[in-house]
Formats: sequence, C-alpha cells, structure tokens
Amino acid sequence: MEALSAALISADALTSLAEFSQSALFVARGSGYTAALIAGAMTLGLVMGLPLSAVEVYGPGWIRKLAWLYVWFFRGIPILVLMFLIYFGVFDFIEDLYQKVFEDRLILSPFMASVLALGLASAAYQSQIFKGAILSLPPGQFMAARALGFTRLGAARHVILPQAIRISIPAWSNEYSILLKDSAVAYVLGTMEIMARTRFMASTTFAHIRFYFLAGLLYFALTWIGVKALAALDAKTRVPGLGHEAYRAEDLALEEAALLEKAKSP
Amino acid sequence: MSETRPLLEVSHVSRVIDGKTILDDVSLSLERGDLKVVIGPSGGGKSTLLQCVNFLQVPDSGDVFLDGQSAREMSRRNICEFRQKIGMIFQDFNLFDHLCARDNVAIALQKVKGQKKALARQRAMAELERVGLADKAALYPSQLSGGQKQRVSLARALAMDPMAMLLDEPTSALDPELIGEVLNVIAQLSLSGMTMLMATHQIGFARHLTKEIIFMEAGRVVEAGPPKILEPGGGGRAAEFCAKLAQVTGR
Ligand SMILES: Nc1ncnc2c1ncn2[C@@H]1O[C@H](COP(=O)(O)OP(=O)(O)OP(=O)(O)O)[C@@H](O)[C@H]1O
Ligand SMILES: [Mg+2]
Repeated sequence: MEALSAALISADALTSLAEFSQSALFVARGSGYTAALIAGAMTLGLVMGLPLSAVEVYGPGWIRKLAWLYVWFFRGIPILVLMFLIYFGVFDFIEDLYQKVFEDRLILSPFMASVLALGLASAAYQSQIFKGAILSLPPGQFMAARALGFTRLGAARHVILPQAIRISIPAWSNEYSILLKDSAVAYVLGTMEIMARTRFMASTTFAHIRFYFLAGLLYFALTWIGVKALAALDAKTRVPGLGHEAYRAEDLALEEAALLEKAKSP
Repeated sequence: MSETRPLLEVSHVSRVIDGKTILDDVSLSLERGDLKVVIGPSGGGKSTLLQCVNFLQVPDSGDVFLDGQSAREMSRRNICEFRQKIGMIFQDFNLFDHLCARDNVAIALQKVKGQKKALARQRAMAELERVGLADKAALYPSQLSGGQKQRVSLARALAMDPMAMLLDEPTSALDPELIGEVLNVIAQLSLSGMTMLMATHQIGFARHLTKEIIFMEAGRVVEAGPPKILEPGGGGRAAEFCAKLAQVTGR
C-alpha cells in the first residue's frame, strides 16, 4: 500500500515535472519574440537616433528645435502609455483609413506597435548618446574636413559619425539592457514575448514563483549575451587613442581617487 | 590673361562677430608661387583672416578671388569645390582620429573627389612618402608625434592638388626639436612653387623664404613690406613686435 502511494507520488511528481518543463519551454520560446522586439527597437532607434543627433548639433535652428521637441516628447512619456497610444490610437486610425481608401482590411499587429513604441523612445535616448559623443570630439576635425571640401553633411557622415558611433558603444550597451527590460511592458498588448507567456503560465498553474524566476533567468541571459556581444564589438572596432582610452583614463582617475580617499580614512 | 592677375586676392574683407570687429577691411594678394607671412600679436585676427580666405567663415563684407573667380558669387556646392583648391593647415593638426595616417590622406580623395579606394590609397602613400612618413602609414594619430601629425596634415592637404595653401601657425603646438622637420617640408613646398599664406611666430624662418611680411593687429593690416621691416630700428610696429618677441624667446 505504502509502496503504491510512493510510486503514485513519484509518478505525480514526474508528470508535473514533465508538464513544467513543457510550459517552461513555452515561456522560453518567448525569448525569440523578446529578442526580435529588441532588435527591431534598437535598429529603429539607431536609424532615427543618428540623424537626430546630427541634426541637433549641425542643423539650422528650427530643425534643432524640432529635434529637441521630439526628444522631450518621447523621453517624457512612459513606454506603456506610448504603446497604448500607438496601438489603439495611431494603428486604429491607419486601419480605418486603409479600409476606406482601399476597401480592404489591414491588420497592424501588437508586435509592430511594441517595436514602434520602444524604437521611437529609444531613438530619443540614442540621439542623446550620439549627441554627447559628437560634442566630445575636438571641433577642429569638422573644420578640417570642411577645409578639404567636404559638405557639412559629408563631414558629419564620414568624419564625425564614425568616431561618435565608436565612442558610443559602451553607452549603447547600457541602452540595450534598459530597452530589454522595458520590452517586458509589451505583454499588455498581447505580444507573445517572455512576460506575456510567463503571466499566462503563472496564472493558469498558480506556480507563480517558478515561472517568474524562470522569466528573470531568461532576461538575465539575454542581457548577458547582448552586453557580451557589444563588448566584443567594442574590442573589435577599437582605434588607438579614440574614446576607449579616454574612458579607461577616466576609470583610472576614478580608481586613483578612490584609493586616495581610502588612504585618508584611518 | 591669367598671368597678369594675382592667383589669390583678398579684397576689403571685414568680419564682425557679436558686434565686435575682428577683421577690418583687410586686403592682400598673392601671385603664383608667393609665400607671404602674417605675423602679429595674439587675438590680432590671423586665424580669422585665414578662415575667411577659404570661406570657412563668410566675411561680412569684401570678397576673395581665386584665379579671378569670386568666392562670394559661388553657390554652396561651388564653395566646396573652391575649398578643395585651397589647402589648409591648422595649429593643432586636426587629423581624423579614427583613421590611420594613410586613410587620413585618402579619405577626402575618396569621399570628396570620388576616387576609387585603391587609387586614393596609392596617392596617399605617395604624399606620405613626400613628407617622409611612408613607414608610418598604418599608425593612428595618437601614435604619432606632433611633428609627424603636422606632416600627415600637410600630406592630406597636398593630396587634393591645391592651387594655394593657408597655414595657421603650423609649428606653434610643436616642441622646439620637432619644429625643424615641419618647416623643412614647408620650405621645400615653397621652393617648388606652391603659393602660400602663412601665419607664424617663426620669424627667423619666415624672413628667409618670404618676400612680404604682413603685420596684423586688432583686425587691421598695420604694416606690410619686405622682411627688413622687422629689423631693429625699422621704426614701425612690426619691428617693435619683433623685438618684444625676441626678448621673450631669447632669440
Ligand atoms: N567665434 C568667435 N566668437 C567671438 N569672438 C571670436 C571668435 N573667433 C575669434 N574671435 C575673436 O577674434 C579675435 C581674433 O581672433 P583670431 O583667432 O583670429 O586671432 P589670432 O591672431 O589668430 O590669435 P592667435 O595668435 O592667438 O591665434 C580675438 O579677439 C578673438 O577673441
Ligand atoms: Mg590664431
């Protein structure tokens, strides 16, 4: 009798383990969606953020003001609000318009809304990263390029931006890890990324801790992979005397200051 | 016809920044092959003048003519072409930090003149050779000495086949022992017939190569003439300035 119940229990445990691993796999597959969200948003942020930063530094006054407005708008609104605005506001409007004009149905997905919201906001942040990098460069190089016959745009594109981008990689890595965590908000629109799947599994099985712990692990892994990849890119594109050395010198100065501070206290 | 008119003519150029007159009705002209030297106290407007010559700063009035062509009448695009024809050298080199010496020279050939990469690199190597830096082609600016950086910047300007060169205190940021190597290249250039307008404090050097010294103070050309105006007892402001400079530098 006892042996039977023991066998039953272990069989039970086994099925639950099998069940859990199956649902864990379901959650883990959300990593693909999350990664796609981030890839899309980072790319959109880069493609928009770079010209935004160039315009903010080199553009004529009124364009600069527009860029400034953009940055403040997208920095000032929570991602969540932005997602709702885009999905229920902008997308509905576009779908209706499409229906009227082409008499056909257009379906814009929650995934697209999430990428747009995250990407537009990231463009604002990334533009500030690049702007800082541009302004940290010695101004004489722009003038030297102009003296060689580069147009303003050409000088920005061929001389300033390649340096600004390299200098920006460490800050960009930071932006990646922030964006990754921001992406968890996309579950509200029903994008089937890690968080949405976790919530679904947790609330149907009531095994909250297990699933949220799993979600945490997945986010951690994605952060680690991304940050490592960017560090590798940083190392690969290193140019002697450009940015990295400066950062290191800064680090050294900080370390030195910390050591001095330590030496002072008894 | 082009033989009779100056190659580069600066005509009544004035520049006002924030209500302050930085350049006040400056005129000068250079014949083909001339080297003219601008001297004067700090803040006198030398850099501003040189930047007005290639319209990096647009003069508030006056004009610049290169080979008889008015810069003021040029469109934006033509101004860029006009600048290609005038090489410029800066006190602090302004090399592109992300490019090795060779690519610093090649990039404008590729991106401004539209030359093929291989051709541009070949030309870059030839120019580096000319300034004695062929063996440093793969090094980045941070790996070069000041004198080497300035020679790379000379190669970068020369690669564009300029008709004239503007040099803004090309040796002022250099340690004394590195000045010679840069002045050598400049002297060679001048002897080979390059038309040059140079701001400098290297008066001893300038005296030997130039026909005319232009003394600027407070945005105006105060005195201009052959190097002997600098000699003690010349009586003018230039001689006075020169004597002061000699006192400071001990030469
Ligand atoms: N962008 C600017 N805004 C305001 N004032 C300026 C600007 N550029 C130059 N000036 C002023 O114009 C005057 C001339 O400057 P400039 O740099 O042409 O002198 P300089 O003769 O080259 O001096 P130095 O020997 O120190 O290089 C200075 O008084 C300077 O303060
Ligand atoms: Mg100056």
